[in-house]
Amino acid sequence: MSNTWTIAAARDALRKGEISAVDLTMSCLTAIDAGDDLNAFVHKTPEIALEQARAADSRIKAGDAPSMCGIPLGIKDLFCTKGVPSQAASNILKGFKPEYESTVTTKLFGAGAVMLGKLNMDEFAMGSSNETACYGNVISPWRRKGSNVQLTPGGSSGGSAAAVAADLCLAATGTDTGGSIRQPAAFTGIVGIKPTYGRVSRWGIVAFASSLDQAGPMTKSVRDAAIMLQTMCGHDPKDSTSADIPVPDFEAALTGDIRGKVIGIPKEYRMDGMPAEIEALWQNGIAIMRDAGAEVRDISLPHTKYALPAYYVIAPAEASSNLARYDGVRYGHRAKLTAGDGITEMYEKTRAEGFGPEVQRRIMVGTYVLSAGFYDAYYNRARKVRALIKRDFEQAFAAGVDAILTPATPSAAFGLGEMSDADPIQMYLNDVFTVTVNLAGLPGISVPVGLDAQGLPLGLQLIGRPWDEAELLKCAHVLEDRAGFVAKAEKWW
Amino acid sequence: MAIDIDTARKVAKLARIRVEEADLPKLAGQLSGILGFMEQLNEVDVTGVEPMTSVTPMRLKRRVDEVTDGNIQAQVLKNAPDAREGFFAVPKVVE
Repeated sequence: MSNTWTIAAARDALRKGEISAVDLTMSCLTAIDAGDDLNAFVHKTPEIALEQARAADSRIKAGDAPSMCGIPLGIKDLFCTKGVPSQAASNILKGFKPEYESTVTTKLFGAGAVMLGKLNMDEFAMGSSNETACYGNVISPWRRKGSNVQLTPGGSSGGSAAAVAADLCLAATGTDTGGSIRQPAAFTGIVGIKPTYGRVSRWGIVAFASSLDQAGPMTKSVRDAAIMLQTMCGHDPKDSTSADIPVPDFEAALTGDIRGKVIGIPKEYRMDGMPAEIEALWQNGIAIMRDAGAEVRDISLPHTKYALPAYYVIAPAEASSNLARYDGVRYGHRAKLTAGDGITEMYEKTRAEGFGPEVQRRIMVGTYVLSAGFYDAYYNRARKVRALIKRDFEQAFAAGVDAILTPATPSAAFGLGEMSDADPIQMYLNDVFTVTVNLAGLPGISVPVGLDAQGLPLGLQLIGRPWDEAELLKCAHVLEDRAGFVAKAEKWW
Repeated sequence: MAIDIDTARKVAKLARIRVEEADLPKLAGQLSGILGFMEQLNEVDVTGVEPMTSVTPMRLKRRVDEVTDGNIQAQVLKNAPDAREGFFAVPKVVE
């Protein structure tokens, strides 16, 4: 049952020769085949996995074994993987097999990691429940006590979250534009970190909103997040926004000592109508940080309320531009044309058939806010508000705050289909605690801290200073350790 | 700001997404709802604030202006829905 191991445990066992990468990989492949009901893995790659595992075993034998060597991973479908379907869970990229490999997967596989397959997600990473995928919904391994109602694993990295929580893989890659790593991590009782914007190369990851997108690891522990993030980070000349600054040793930062650190508690995150359980969870986190010797300080981030509306101008605007490339010419789906159809009809039919309703809606919102006459009223105003949101955080950090503690989500996981009659904005509210972090470009991590009355996981979020993932991980490690979250989903699949 | 059916039709056209006439009222309603949500931004005093253009202030890297890639025609065309004689094929554009 080595598929249930953490990266750290597997790394140590591999180095000691207690297990081979092939056996570890086989254990995951067996779990994946038994986990089809979750609909997490949508393109399985067992041949690639076993070939990589055999190579990893040789490297380990030769004594050349980086931490990720022989570690079996799931890869979100948003990452381009050479020769393997990479379609962002969209019909418009059906059949697309990239001729190149994303920088993140190149780094991971270069370090010896093993790819088990591609993971389900919301179409083009647009969604908070994994209900917009062309592959169908991901089903969370978690269920409410005494209920068999199917729950969402969250989104957009819902397949990654479900696969890690159900032990189909040791860890997975995710991407986060407004909360797409942290919200599903919180819903499934795992750890997910979105690094500082520019820390991880975006090259070869299907673009959604380029000024907000960042990839990160989704793992079973904070230590695993530190280990995997280490390999994913670093400067890449192929991404002009990638930062050319040194990457510290994240795992070495996990000292367990946060005495004297200042933890900010932003009063604006105490939302009207927030469930009592979320408030209690937050208070528990505050008590943990205080007991660990940190100074807890009330702070104000006055523009928090405007983050969601600003996000829902900026992200669709960038998406409408990025997704213009799906035109039925160079890759993916092209609609069948009828006699007399010209190139415009080809574009319009192709995009109507290839994009799902949520993606279409966001492209059109983006088109509208960028159109002549509205650019200043919507897009430029949103970018100014974004500057103010960023300034709120800068002022808090300048006043000595080391990290900020907030809830990760406004509720526990909801049932699949429960939001289908709600208007789109109800779904957008899922990102209320996470989206500020993307707008400001900061690192944020979701840590499982407790269960609600129905037995579902709840997470807290820590937000760090730019480029200081090491301190952030240190604080998260203390929170994880003292919260002592050990619950697992009861196996029904 | 409410989006009427004509505006919804125009936005769909600009976005090059075919929307059937029967679906336009629903689309107009949803777009109106989302844009209404964005109206909150008008409450914020943005006087003198520069629009944010980059997350972290940094100078974009430069490199020597030279060819670093190329001669991969087969790879470029590999995923095309319709490639012929080394080109992407599309419906007739010019009469």
